[in-house]
Amino acid sequence: MGSSPAVRTTRSDNLLEVTELHLWRGDRHLLRGLGFRVEAGQLLQLLWPNGTGKTSLLRCIAGFLHPEEGSIAWQGASVRADPVAFHWAVAYLGHETALKDDLTPFENLRYACALRTHHQPDQLRTALDAAGLGAIDPQLPVRNLSAGQKRRVALARLALWDATLWLLDEPAANLDAQGQAVFERLLGAHLAAGGAAIVATHRAVELPQVHCRLWRQPQEAMQ
Amino acid sequence: MSARASSLTAASAVLHRDLLLAARRPGEWLQPLGFFVLVTVLFPLALDPEAARLRQIAPAALWVSLLLASLLALEFLYREDARDGTLEQFALSGQSFTALLLAKTATHWLLTGLPMVLAGPLAALSLGAPLSAVPGVFVALLLGSVSLSLIGAIGAGLTLGTRRGGALLSLLVLPLVMPVLVYGARATAQAIVGEEMSEALYLLSAMGVLALTLAPLAAAAAVRISME
Repeated sequence: MGSSPAVRTTRSDNLLEVTELHLWRGDRHLLRGLGFRVEAGQLLQLLWPNGTGKTSLLRCIAGFLHPEEGSIAWQGASVRADPVAFHWAVAYLGHETALKDDLTPFENLRYACALRTHHQPDQLRTALDAAGLGAIDPQLPVRNLSAGQKRRVALARLALWDATLWLLDEPAANLDAQGQAVFERLLGAHLAAGGAAIVATHRAVELPQVHCRLWRQPQEAMQ
Repeated sequence: MSARASSLTAASAVLHRDLLLAARRPGEWLQPLGFFVLVTVLFPLALDPEAARLRQIAPAALWVSLLLASLLALEFLYREDARDGTLEQFALSGQSFTALLLAKTATHWLLTGLPMVLAGPLAALSLGAPLSAVPGVFVALLLGSVSLSLIGAIGAGLTLGTRRGGALLSLLVLPLVMPVLVYGARATAQAIVGEEMSEALYLLSAMGVLALTLAPLAAAAAVRISME
């Protein structure tokens, strides 16, 4: 607690710092004093077993859940003090893909990305192509896509969202081998550009030249 | 990196998206209008169709139907966006959450409130109101329906977390919108008998302004709570 703005700038590549985080869900003490840092270019993979709080931790960082104790600081300043600045820096992809069934993938991207920055239609199409969706009928609504294809649209949105920190909850769910490769390529590019990511998953990805940290149990230390 | 979108741009994107979605699925937003028209038409059938009698109950029939029809529509205001994770993306967009949700409420009013406001004078005519009452009835419904949508959004936000929020939504919202009902029905009655109605219209406008300033903040807070 008590991270004042004066602490800012000491190390600019230290992006997120979580200290002594305690979270209760109902009468369960789910997160017990977690503390970690994420630096620029780093990938933190949470491989905790089911029901141990992966999703809750991500939602806590995103600000949907409020921890009972502890602090979350973004670039040295408490997230609570300036939530808007933090929100501009973060992208979240949860279990739900936040896509509209009645819109096409292109329309979905256009409206979602309009919340952040102005994109040219070509940029959106390039992002869809990069996610391996270039071959599908552009008039096809998301309703008619498979679960894996919907994930790919969501990944394309993530890449366009222009955020420094990615919070991903089971991002590779429903993805085939090629989809997994798309995900790893996007993640690799994001990290290489100085971004960071916290990924809750059961299938750790290996990225060359990336500082990948694995965290297997909430009680244990990170590797 | 490209320039950040302003809250206004983002809110208009939300509005545009919701209008497009409604155009793809017209059944959903036509329902409240159908309900409103049907209920107002049922009154002459149930009562004896004597013009003087109908004219007397016309304000009550119009406003109770409007109220119930807008409650019917409110349940769908945030539900789908909450289910598919869109609201979470709104919350993390860096834009004003209140502004984005207000854009949703505005679209909702355009799609459900406005059609009823336009159909209202026709319904009033069918209930025996004179042609001279049409402008007054229209203005009263216009002002009242805006408040109904704005105040109803708070209830829609509060009941998001519940599985079947319809009944609870009515219990929450109805007491809050009673003043709108009282002055809306009064203004309509005055319009029908050709009396001076400015007092009731001023009060309806004041309620609308109050709802516009406070209700979006309360609705955004309610939706945030439901996302926990």
